[in-house]
Amino acid sequence: MTDNTKKPKKVINKSKTKVPMREQAPMDRIMNFEEVPLGYTEDEAHQEALRCIDCKTKPCVAGCPVGIDIPAFLKLVGEKNFEGALRKIKEKNFLPAICGRVCPQEDQCEMVCTLNKPDKGREPGGIGRVERFLGDYAMEHNLTITPEIAPATGKTVAIIGSGPAGLTAASDLAQKGHKVTVFEALHKPGGVLFYGIPQFRMPKEILIREIDGMKDMGVEFVMNYPVGKAEPLDSIRQRFDAVFIGTGAGLPWFLGIPGENLNGVYSANEFLTRVNLMGGYKFPDGADTPVKKIKRIAVIGAGNTAMDSARTAKRLQPEVVYLVYRRSRLEMPARIEEIHHAEQEGIDFNLLHSPIEIIDDGKGAVGAIRCQEMELGEPDDSGRRRPIPIEGKIRDFAVDTVVISIGQGPNPLLSADCPELARDERRGTIVINDYAQTSFENVFAGGDIVTGGATVILAMGQGRVAADAMHRYLMTGDPAPADNESGDVCPNLT
Amino acid sequence: MGNKIIYTKELAPKTKLFEIEADHIAKRGRAGQFIILRVCDEGERIPLTIANRNPDKGTITLVFQEVGKTTEMLGQLAVGDEILDLAGPLGKATEIPTGKTVVCVGGGIGNAVVWPQVQALKEAGNKVIAILGARTKELLILEEEIMSLADMTITTTDDGSYGRKGMVTHALEDLIEEGEKVDEVITIGPVVMMKFVCKATEPHGIPTQASLNPIMVDGTGMCGACRVTVGGKTRFACVEGPEFDGHAVDFDELITRLAYYQPEERASADNYHRCRMEEAADNLGNHG
Ligand SMILES: Cc1cc2nc3c(=O)[nH]c(=O)nc-3n(C[C@H](O)[C@H](O)[C@H](O)COP(=O)(O)OP(=O)(O)OC[C@H]3O[C@@H](n4cnc5c(N)ncnc54)[C@H](O)[C@@H]3O)c2cc1C
Ligand code: FES
Repeated sequence: MTDNTKKPKKVINKSKTKVPMREQAPMDRIMNFEEVPLGYTEDEAHQEALRCIDCKTKPCVAGCPVGIDIPAFLKLVGEKNFEGALRKIKEKNFLPAICGRVCPQEDQCEMVCTLNKPDKGREPGGIGRVERFLGDYAMEHNLTITPEIAPATGKTVAIIGSGPAGLTAASDLAQKGHKVTVFEALHKPGGVLFYGIPQFRMPKEILIREIDGMKDMGVEFVMNYPVGKAEPLDSIRQRFDAVFIGTGAGLPWFLGIPGENLNGVYSANEFLTRVNLMGGYKFPDGADTPVKKIKRIAVIGAGNTAMDSARTAKRLQPEVVYLVYRRSRLEMPARIEEIHHAEQEGIDFNLLHSPIEIIDDGKGAVGAIRCQEMELGEPDDSGRRRPIPIEGKIRDFAVDTVVISIGQGPNPLLSADCPELARDERRGTIVINDYAQTSFENVFAGGDIVTGGATVILAMGQGRVAADAMHRYLMTGDPAPADNESGDVCPNLT
Repeated sequence: MGNKIIYTKELAPKTKLFEIEADHIAKRGRAGQFIILRVCDEGERIPLTIANRNPDKGTITLVFQEVGKTTEMLGQLAVGDEILDLAGPLGKATEIPTGKTVVCVGGGIGNAVVWPQVQALKEAGNKVIAILGARTKELLILEEEIMSLADMTITTTDDGSYGRKGMVTHALEDLIEEGEKVDEVITIGPVVMMKFVCKATEPHGIPTQASLNPIMVDGTGMCGACRVTVGGKTRFACVEGPEFDGHAVDFDELITRLAYYQPEERASADNYHRCRMEEAADNLGNHG
């Protein structure tokens, strides 16, 4: 049989590498807090989308924690149907402008992309970049893809914490017709998206716009309301038909080495909060929260938070910014793009250095940080080669500021006031079942408070699964899907 | 929003009392807890102790001294104005014993914190002695209010312009020496004062709670700015405090940490004064 219904030949862009993205030059951008990557033009996004070969296996969809139909949206961009593409993404992810910027694509969709053959010099599809383009396109063209809102169910829902987990759950539940109230302890909504991730990586305007959109959908936001303190969880759970806890991993860890309480030692959270949430870089004319004039600074750690701290510090124009990390480059947990940007901006990387003491300048402030030099030994349980000290190799970095960015634990504010809520004893995280339900029947949870510090997209994925389960719970009394329905279970960390 | 100011009073030069609508804080707050407020966009978050609460009326009382830009701006607000952001109640409540003799030692603005404590202690059936200190008579605040609640009130001024001349610590030591059986001491005021109060009670083995006032940013346990060393361990005062066993607190570290931003705070206040003067000059110009 001859095939005369053959599809027209697909146009594809055979370039081995991604369409490059324009950026502010390193020497310019370290003088400002403006965004670094400038985004794709319509043409660039179109060209990049055409690199997708529309393979049969679509590994990218499975690689995405929220299962966005990536080939479908790329195809639409390939047809220059930007609004359609945006709609496609929004089926699964209501914050594309944010996720396109902060997702670790290289470990998710782009890692498993069929195109990705580093040994052959071929890069994966620039999925994150096209996603970001679409989010920005919506903003520039003032496109509001207002989701259909189901008729009011008469049910009420409280969301505790307004990070990506809480916002996703709130948006989904509002769409399903429930009356949603978000309670946030701080004075601005967004969680880490507001207080942590700096302006030059994710402009706050994007977040504000999304939140305004949610308000238009009828979601009520109550700021300055630390649940557990302002009102016990027990009372919230009586006042509302269902509750979602997305209080995040806000408790900063310290190293436990001598000198950690000297003046000039900050947690990354404090440093970033002072600069981002409180606008400290504008002190004293534009904002009232002081940030010290920094001359020499060391940032400890190598995750996204450490990169953000180092790059934020750089923009305060010090003489030098050291990054100190006890393992090697291979183990650095930050997104590749952030590491790359940090290097371009002249952050001085000191790998295989483990801090052992912070030395007093004689006036109660930081004078130096003393580090033990390390080398890589045998792999440990996690398969990572364990750093071991090289005897006698000690190095001092003369600095006036140290930012500690070695991770954070679950936020204790709520749990402290509600000991009956089941928690993982060792990690302090809230325990949930497959349907995001906690040990209290009408209380659900998701995001970093469940997983420990993870990612924006995982938090959103959990918010979404919880919203589905909460919806079922509100309508039927059972969060599990009926036998004939399919239901996602919580995306897991591992 | 809400947070409307419904009453103001000047207690002493640069020291003001505000009564503010804040229903849930009025209902759930306890002695020893605090709030965090912000007065303007781009403004700083500052902690202030809840000095009094009226759960029926849904109001709380704050007492503050105008010592920097934020407190000065707060002081400019008047009845009917609203406070932009007000979060609380934060921190742990004072542990209130029952049937004990408790001495509350306050100094300066710290007397604002002594006030709710005396009240809570009395309600729990304790004998309460208040020792209130100030540099000079005109800076002494809330004496009447506290005196009407406590079983006995001793007032001291550094310059002898009112009450006993000298430090609160001397009054406390005398009290102990005179044979008053003191079961517990609670102290709040300048850090140096608290340090010496704790030194005075230590040899007598009297449990002493000190209410610490480190620099805070969020007040929700998220940043660690408020960390203090107690018994060799780092603690976050905003969630684990603000009251700690005074005999275990590293007061010297607290003093050093509190001084860290002084130059910046001064610069900020100067800047603000300059702006206000320019504004005033402009206004004059407009009218002239
Ligand atoms: C500096 C930094 C950079 C990061 N960079 C990236 C990145 O590039 N990519 C990425 O994928 N991930 C990144 N992450 C991680 C990511 O931000 C988190 O995994 C994600 O924000 C978790 O979302 P969440 O909704 O669980 O909690 P959060 O974003 O932490 O939000 C929790 C919110 O709950 C509020 N809250 C807490 N307790 C209460 C209470 N009792 N009552 C009311 N409100 C309460 C908090 O104030 C906060 O606003 C970064 C994290 C940091 C700190
Ligand atoms: S003030 Fe931030 S943790 Fe206490």
